[in-house]
Amino acid sequence: MFSPFRHDDLKEMLDSNKDSLKLEAMKRIVAMIARGKNASDLFPAVVKNVACKNIEVKKLVYVYLVRYAEEQQDLALLSISTFQRGLKDPNQLIRASALRVLSSIRVTIIVPIMMLAIKEAASDMSPYVRKTAAHAIPKLYSLDPEQKDQLIEVIEKLLADKTTLVAGSVVMAFEEVCPERIDLIHKNYRKLCNLLIDVEEWGQVVIINMLTRYARTQFLNPNINESLLEEGGGADKTFYGSDEDEDEDEEEKEKKAEAAAMAKRKPYVMDPDHRLLLRNTKPLLQSRNAAVVMAVAQLYFHLAPKAEVGVIAKALVRLLRSHSEVQYVVLQNVATMTIKRRGMFEPYLKSFYIRSTDPTQIKILKLEVLTNLANETNISTILREFQTYIKSMDKDFVAATIQAIGRCATNIGEVRDTCLNGLVQLLSNRDELVVAESVVVIKKLLQMQPEKHSDIIKHMAKLTDNIQVPMARASILWLIGEYCEHVPKIAPDVLRKMAKSFTNEEDIVKLQILNLAAKLYLTNSKQTKLLTQYVLNLAKYDQNYDIRDRARFIRQLIVPTEKSGALSKYAKKLFLALKPAPVLESPFKDRDHFQLGSLSHLLNAKAGGYQELPDWPESAPDPSVRNVEVPEWTKCSSREKRKEKKVEKPFYSDSEGESGPTESADSESDSASGSESGSEGSGSASESEESGGVSVSEEEEEEEEEEKKTKKRELKKAVQESESEQSSEEEDRKHERKMKQQKSDSESESDEEEESESESSQSESDDSESEAEVRKKKKAAESKPPSKPAKKETTKEKKEMSLLDLDDFEPAPSPQVTPVNNLFSNSLVTDLEGLSLSEAVLLPATIAPSSALKSYELLHRITGEGLSVEYCFSRQPFSPDANMVAVQMQFTNSSASDTKSLHMEDVKLQSGMRVKEFPEIELLPAGETATAVMGIDFCDSTQAANFQLCTHTRKFFVSIQPPVGELMRPVFLTENEFKKEQGQLMGMNEITEKLTLDAKCRNEHAIVQRVTTAANLSRVPCGSDKECRFAGRTVTSGSLVLVTVATREEGAAQLTINCEKMVIGTMLVKDILLALTQ
Amino acid sequence: MINSLFLISHSGDIFLEKHWKSVISRSVCDYFLEAKEKAGDPENVAPVLQTPHHYLISIYRGKLFFLSVTQTEVPPLFVIEFLHRVADTFQDYFGDCSEVVIKENTVTVYELLEEMLDNGFPLATESNVLKEMIRPPTILRSVVNTLTGGSNVGGTLPTGQLSNVPWRRAGVKYTNNEAYFDVIEEIDAILDKSGTTVFAEIQGVVEACVKLTGMPDLTLSFMNPRLLDDVSFHPCVRFKRWESERVLSFIPPDGNFRLMSYHVSSQNLVAIPVYVKQNISFLETGSCGRLDITIGPKQTMGKSVENLTVTIPMPKSVLSVNLTATQGTYTFDLTTKVVLWDVGKLNPQKLPNLRGSISIQTGSPKPEENPSINIGLQIQQLAISGLKVSRLDMYGEKYKPFKGVKYVTKAGKFQVRT
Repeated sequence: MFSPFRHDDLKEMLDSNKDSLKLEAMKRIVAMIARGKNASDLFPAVVKNVACKNIEVKKLVYVYLVRYAEEQQDLALLSISTFQRGLKDPNQLIRASALRVLSSIRVTIIVPIMMLAIKEAASDMSPYVRKTAAHAIPKLYSLDPEQKDQLIEVIEKLLADKTTLVAGSVVMAFEEVCPERIDLIHKNYRKLCNLLIDVEEWGQVVIINMLTRYARTQFLNPNINESLLEEGGGADKTFYGSDEDEDEDEEEKEKKAEAAAMAKRKPYVMDPDHRLLLRNTKPLLQSRNAAVVMAVAQLYFHLAPKAEVGVIAKALVRLLRSHSEVQYVVLQNVATMTIKRRGMFEPYLKSFYIRSTDPTQIKILKLEVLTNLANETNISTILREFQTYIKSMDKDFVAATIQAIGRCATNIGEVRDTCLNGLVQLLSNRDELVVAESVVVIKKLLQMQPEKHSDIIKHMAKLTDNIQVPMARASILWLIGEYCEHVPKIAPDVLRKMAKSFTNEEDIVKLQILNLAAKLYLTNSKQTKLLTQYVLNLAKYDQNYDIRDRARFIRQLIVPTEKSGALSKYAKKLFLALKPAPVLESPFKDRDHFQLGSLSHLLNAKAGGYQELPDWPESAPDPSVRNVEVPEWTKCSSREKRKEKKVEKPFYSDSEGESGPTESADSESDSASGSESGSEGSGSASESEESGGVSVSEEEEEEEEEEKKTKKRELKKAVQESESEQSSEEEDRKHERKMKQQKSDSESESDEEEESESESSQSESDDSESEAEVRKKKKAAESKPPSKPAKKETTKEKKEMSLLDLDDFEPAPSPQVTPVNNLFSNSLVTDLEGLSLSEAVLLPATIAPSSALKSYELLHRITGEGLSVEYCFSRQPFSPDANMVAVQMQFTNSSASDTKSLHMEDVKLQSGMRVKEFPEIELLPAGETATAVMGIDFCDSTQAANFQLCTHTRKFFVSIQPPVGELMRPVFLTENEFKKEQGQLMGMNEITEKLTLDAKCRNEHAIVQRVTTAANLSRVPCGSDKECRFAGRTVTSGSLVLVTVATREEGAAQLTINCEKMVIGTMLVKDILLALTQ
Repeated sequence: MINSLFLISHSGDIFLEKHWKSVISRSVCDYFLEAKEKAGDPENVAPVLQTPHHYLISIYRGKLFFLSVTQTEVPPLFVIEFLHRVADTFQDYFGDCSEVVIKENTVTVYELLEEMLDNGFPLATESNVLKEMIRPPTILRSVVNTLTGGSNVGGTLPTGQLSNVPWRRAGVKYTNNEAYFDVIEEIDAILDKSGTTVFAEIQGVVEACVKLTGMPDLTLSFMNPRLLDDVSFHPCVRFKRWESERVLSFIPPDGNFRLMSYHVSSQNLVAIPVYVKQNISFLETGSCGRLDITIGPKQTMGKSVENLTVTIPMPKSVLSVNLTATQGTYTFDLTTKVVLWDVGKLNPQKLPNLRGSISIQTGSPKPEENPSINIGLQIQQLAISGLKVSRLDMYGEKYKPFKGVKYVTKAGKFQVRT
């Protein structure tokens, strides 16, 4: 097709001496390749230039070579020597490039050369060359699978590599060549976890996916007790349940009584390596790369304890802002997740609302998610949304919406009638598709309670005249046949009409006509005998054999003849058997047996090369396999090692020398570390990091030794960190300083925590830390003098740990105690001290995603005989009634038996107050927790709402009294509006108080946070940084509440509240004053 | 992982192919083209398709399909994210990512693809690294190259890949050292018929343009970082510093990049800058309807609203519209049936109004749904969430850089249901 002349022209250019001509020729050739045209006949002319000096020509020749080498094997061999020479080049980049091209040439003869080159490169000085070697492994493997064993050796070697550059690539090679050799990972597991954050993003994805699989084979199911319960029906459930966040003090108290029960059930202990993985992947949720975020999300979904999975929701919702393809994949995964863990996404319900500009496939997926998220509390909002969707121009989407309404109706009994009515209205829609889809859905709904709805059936019977969509016609006919007893007059008439049009109907309709005829014949043979005969005769000569078969079958069964078999007696039973109502299920149900985020999951079919996600093992394999023996190189002093590492990656590990001092001078951090410990304690945050990367080996080392001594594997990771950090510090450090440092460490931790959790928990943790310290000191005094000074710290730390471990009682909870989840650590320590239930028990993240809600006790566990109830003001609008304050209640059944029919009765209220009760909780199994939302209109007063909480056996008097701050909702005002409004609320309506701010609350942050915690107000933007303004309206009367906090020097401040309602104003002043000064 | 890549134009023409493993015949694209036919709208083509022997994963960018072929299990997002990265790179190199531009620069494109993937696994995706290896074309250089036969391929070897800051190229030099940061916020909102907010949130990004000599280490801090609820970062940002101190500490890449994107905490109510008074109705009888839209400022924080546009996708049965705008101009696209009203700057004294009649194909029924109204706008010098950069410090270099921060608020997916 191409003129040979033209190629001659190119050949000539390639043969010339001028680089510019060669380059021009190569460019034209590459353009041909790009367009998919054949340029293979130029091979000899091109390959000659493989050693060309011009770098661009050379690169283009490589492109050509790799593309055509497979077709021109003999000629390709000519170029090999050039690359072999390149492999010996002193420049690492040239070595790498040579290996890259050499391994890409798919010529079987050179397999031994490639093998040799890879082996050599795997032990190259340069990590970049080693990385290239890792890339070459799968290339060689696909060329010659025979080489597998040798390649595994190389992989094993490269897996031990300590650089981030190699890690991603070698795991990729591992996945392609020998994913089943999970044993190769053991020794490298901790290293991979620790390097992860510094690996390039693509490598992160591969490593995380592989580690997910690894963890599934090596660790125990963190939710094991829950799943056991599900299976066992909760019969053998012990009093405390398995929840890790269960109160420990209780366990302490009643330990002995429980001992027997404990022995029966194995307590769950999270392997510290399991925890390490969860902790080190979590920051990657903040990656800009959607694939990384998804990989972490699936890891958490498959591996994390139930209580911790919630963190991924926010990140996944963020991805919904990305390109539509990303949305598509993320929504598929969210849909699967919502089936298992609905609560996780509930706070983000609105993020799944559909825009008319979304592509149809996205709309349908969002609809799926919304349907999965629907429950009693939010169904009204969701149905309102659905109503808008039904009017859409996109008909496929409308059809899907109707299906979704059907599913909501089946799942949530209360709205079934509302949905049904809505759907019946759609029957008069102008669009036939909409009507048809409605018919199909109505049919399914009616099956649940047909007796109530004979008028709907009649209405549908009339539709047969108009609706042409076969599926809908078939559905109507089936309905009439099934419930012909409810519509005795109409049914025969419908059959008459159908008999008339029988020959023109679609096959599915014909089958249903036969069905209808048979059923009518059995119930009302007098009127329909002839019609049935007629229809059966028509069917007998139908073109479709299914229909002929069916006709024959029905005739034999229902028309009595002398030959008719034993079955005809049972004809009525056969046809008019009670049919169970269909269960409308999500297509995403059970998809989670595929690893989420994988191609197989998306397609719901196993893709080639997919590695099954193994089930959790029954009992954990030996965890010591992950311990690393002390290799030669770690024998060098720790200081030296540190230096070396730092050169490699100083950027993530925030090297102290460089940015430390400036950091502390600059930061407004209120932690003690800044002022106290200068540079050696610099940035307590950086230390924890460092221990990740730098002192891995030490950590491992020590751990190993410890393990030999005791079986206390459940060390807190936090402690491990400080431990390694300290052991790497020199031993002549004074004890006192150590303490200080540790304290600063812990403080910075609690700082972090403060961001996500409430104040109270912070102060609590501070207390607890100091408590722990006191104990530690005691223990430290007791501990016997260590043999080596370097080990001194470690031992002490260990003693402390053993205190926290509680392993003389029950070792279960300690791995939970990590910096990632300080929530637990607090409760643990307070429990240790024998305190009763902590005041501020934090709600699970699923309910309060970003804010810290204070919860109050409604019913104590003791008074409630095992049932404890807590409530909090969720600060969400209460959708059924805007004048009500939403109160979220959390029921925990810690008794041994199920609690049934939880509901409220006998509400006693002040005049004007109203209550919207929460829906009855029919069953609360032992050890489970349930939440419900109720609404209370407090009439802008702090009067308590009293009522009785009833179970099937008992009644409890309880009351809910709102803090004044919860009686308002935030409003958005601009600065000008605020000033204007404030001007109108002077005099009597203004209350001013002077105060001195608490030492910890002198920055804007803290003030805003404390005020918004105390009262449900929103921030008003403000020009000056000396003032913080907030605004809200009371819930019932909508009176404006304006709060101003003006700060002066040295913590002096002035609080001004402007509010029409003076009572509210005065009470609010007190509350905010309290919040700011404590 | 990725076996091959095909670039397919809007009309279905396969104009570029690249293979990283064995060659896969382009006939595999037929499955895709078939699905594309079926879907009608290119946005509706499923990003992942299954064929008997291959899996096709595609994205749609700039009226082009980037179609990758894989034979084995691979996380779909991995491929999708990578393809977008390829498109971003083209955009970065050629200023545009369209069929014409790619055809013009086939060789550079090919060289880029060669460097970005090795055996189907991403190798170098950082723009700074790539630019060291393959220089982006400029007019001057292409003229010089044609005269002298020079090349676009960098003479130096890409040391960036070896460094521990792979995103920054070494030896950067500028005479004017400048660092600019744009805080761009978008309001995503759905308003219902009566103007009540159904859903609203603020998403923002910090785009940076950093032209600094050497290896500067920057620290950017905010007045009110507490506002930020959810964040994602460029890999250069030190996550731990953010966790502990809420400052962005980083060694920047050279040139333009997105430093972070964030979501503003949902507790803060979102200010809606404009209100829309609308009345779109179709008469039951006859074939016409009426449209009346007025836009006014609501919560603009004293700033003026600019670049105001209104887009209304009309039902398919609409034949034409006859409208008058008191401000700006409107167009009606006959094929897509979209009314686009370009208002310009919003004048609070004299509110812009668009009204007139809509004529519908005779015989077709009254449209079921009123079209939704999409609003576009821009407010300069304002970040609607109130986020403010407090300071930018530089360490590690001696000179004094020129620093600048700009705030812009835009409407994101801002939709009014009618």
